[in-house]
Amino acid sequence: MGVTKEDVESSLTSVMNPSHLEVIDTSGGCGASFAIEIVSEQFEGKRLLERHRMVNAALQEELKQIHALSIKKALTPEQWKQQQEAENSQPAA
Amino acid sequence: SFRCFSALTPELKTTLDKVVTSNKVVLFMKGTKEFPQCGFSNTVVQILNSLNVPFETINILENEILRQGLKEYSNWPTFPQLYIEGEFFGGCDITVDAYNSGQLQEQLEKAMCS
Repeated sequence: MGVTKEDVESSLTSVMNPSHLEVIDTSGGCGASFAIEIVSEQFEGKRLLERHRMVNAALQEELKQIHALSIKKALTPEQWKQQQEAENSQPAA
Repeated sequence: SFRCFSALTPELKTTLDKVVTSNKVVLFMKGTKEFPQCGFSNTVVQILNSLNVPFETINILENEILRQGLKEYSNWPTFPQLYIEGEFFGGCDITVDAYNSGQLQEQLEKAMCS
């Protein structure tokens, strides 16, 4: 059985304790493929490369079967709040 | 957990040390820069092309031992993998992010002028 969106979510939740997590299944029928947005306090003081390494490490088992993984956002809660506020302050379309 | 075997033999490590420093910019990818065989690899090729920087590509689809060994060497599980001046820079998402923020241009300029 392949890797499901739920598998990815549960591994990331248990290791990274995220305050926001979105896992999007992007497989177009060519195997497990996911895009991830994750917000965690554990990213505090870490460069982007280190943050991605942490996500990769959390998904060590799943990555053996995942065809493609895209980490769209790896933010601290503070950065996430700032981004949300910036988006919300945009005039509504 | 423990590892029963390693794909990264001392010989392969020595070879990779040489390969990543053979050129200022080295991209391990699926396919070649003329014929990328994956969208993620293609994205990084296009970025490097647009920045007009000379770079070497190595097709990991042609060598399974290299492919497995590199994952350990870089401590990075997926491809493409971009190296600048012998140092691992990142995969596709990190390269795109750095390109958008101007950090990639900065890093490449530094590399080219060193």
